[in-house]
Amino acid sequence: MNIHLQHILDTLLQIEAITDEQRSSLNKTLKEADKELTILEFKLDRTEKVKRTTAILLEETIEELELKRKAIEETNSALQRSLEDLKATQSQLIQQEKLASLGQLTAGIAHEIQNPLNFVNNFSEVNNELIDEQLEEIEKGDLEEIKELALIMKENSEKITLHGKRADAIVKGMLEHSKTGSGKKEPTNLNALAEEFSRLAFNSFLAKNKDFKGEYKLELDPELPLLEVVPQDIGKVLLNLLNNAFYACAEQRKDLSGFENLTGLTPTVTVSTKNLGDKIQISVKDNGPGIPEAIKDKIFQPFFTTKPTGQGTGLGLSLSYDIIKAHGGEIHVESKPGKLTTFEILLLM
Amino acid sequence: MKILFVDDEKDVEALFRQKFRKEIKSGEIELAFAFSGKEALNVLGDENPPKFVYVFSDINMPGMSGLELLDQIKIRFPNIQVSMISAYGDSENYDRAMNSGAKGFFTKPVDFERLKKEIAEMVKNQ
Repeated sequence: MNIHLQHILDTLLQIEAITDEQRSSLNKTLKEADKELTILEFKLDRTEKVKRTTAILLEETIEELELKRKAIEETNSALQRSLEDLKATQSQLIQQEKLASLGQLTAGIAHEIQNPLNFVNNFSEVNNELIDEQLEEIEKGDLEEIKELALIMKENSEKITLHGKRADAIVKGMLEHSKTGSGKKEPTNLNALAEEFSRLAFNSFLAKNKDFKGEYKLELDPELPLLEVVPQDIGKVLLNLLNNAFYACAEQRKDLSGFENLTGLTPTVTVSTKNLGDKIQISVKDNGPGIPEAIKDKIFQPFFTTKPTGQGTGLGLSLSYDIIKAHGGEIHVESKPGKLTTFEILLLM
Repeated sequence: MKILFVDDEKDVEALFRQKFRKEIKSGEIELAFAFSGKEALNVLGDENPPKFVYVFSDINMPGMSGLELLDQIKIRFPNIQVSMISAYGDSENYDRAMNSGAKGFFTKPVDFERLKKEIAEMVKNQ
């Protein structure tokens, strides 16, 4: 028993005036008090132990947290580094995409330049022959014939100039295309741009896909004002859309053999422009297989492609989106599976 | 002798008419031009049987390609000779044309001396 309680008990027991009954009651009460005290002491001791354990655990937790914080810090800087790497890779890829689309064009460009150059050479050759003839006629003094020959030669030299300018425009366009986003906005004839890039994209596609039996159509609004845009950037967008459109048409034909004869449908890409009053609409439509609903909202994401590995960078539409956004415009897609896809660009006047 | 030239470049007509002006003037040959495969088939189909003896066609054209036109002509007008004129003189195009029954294959820029010789021979055999 607790010594203080024992002392109380001893002292009380020495008092003679206490009856035996009172004595045994006091004894019992004090023993119970002692029991309760012992239990309390035990509980206190246990609480103390729990406290110590908790403190140790807390310390350990703090240590662990510190370790984790350090790990996160490291991960963060690693992430930062890979983000920087990614950014560098992305800009490299964008550069590559620009070069790739230029590469795709090379065959088309070569063809495009060769044709006008042939005309320049041929018509100047013909003029040379005609001059010889004219000299003969001068000897004979046949004024009528001399005049006629002069008129033909004049027409020919006009054709030489025309085709020379055509080749010139192609080379200039090619140089513009390889420039990287340094283009300036200038008043641009969107119809001429659409025409030039449609032909270029068609010839490039044809040069690579000799079996392709498709065609392209132009539906250009003659009432189109000049618009302030970066022509080589809008050209790039058109080129991407056209390439995709021709690719889609060709795919449909490959899937169904004899497709053309079966339905009388020629793979066709239609490029149209329209004056909407406050906006200009440019659209590129193909009668290919369409875009599945499931991937429709992914197509403008960088690196998304449905082409086999190595055939598409997945940056064409994403770049196009950025370019149109930078022009304050909009780009939308509408597609009917198995029927058609239309990309629509809206540019504010 | 009637000859049809098929090319999507319109100035081909002015050029060829001038290059062959002597032969045209003398009445040796008569030239016609079509600017697509479809148009060529229409021109040939206008007469029954067509008086055309020889067709020269470009290969790369929007819509029907020259090689497809060649196949069509060989099916529908087997008596008409067809030669190709193409900027793409690769062996793939060449083999395909020759296997489909083309008489000859000319590359662009056109060697007019060779073309004239080819036509003169054809005129002689008529």
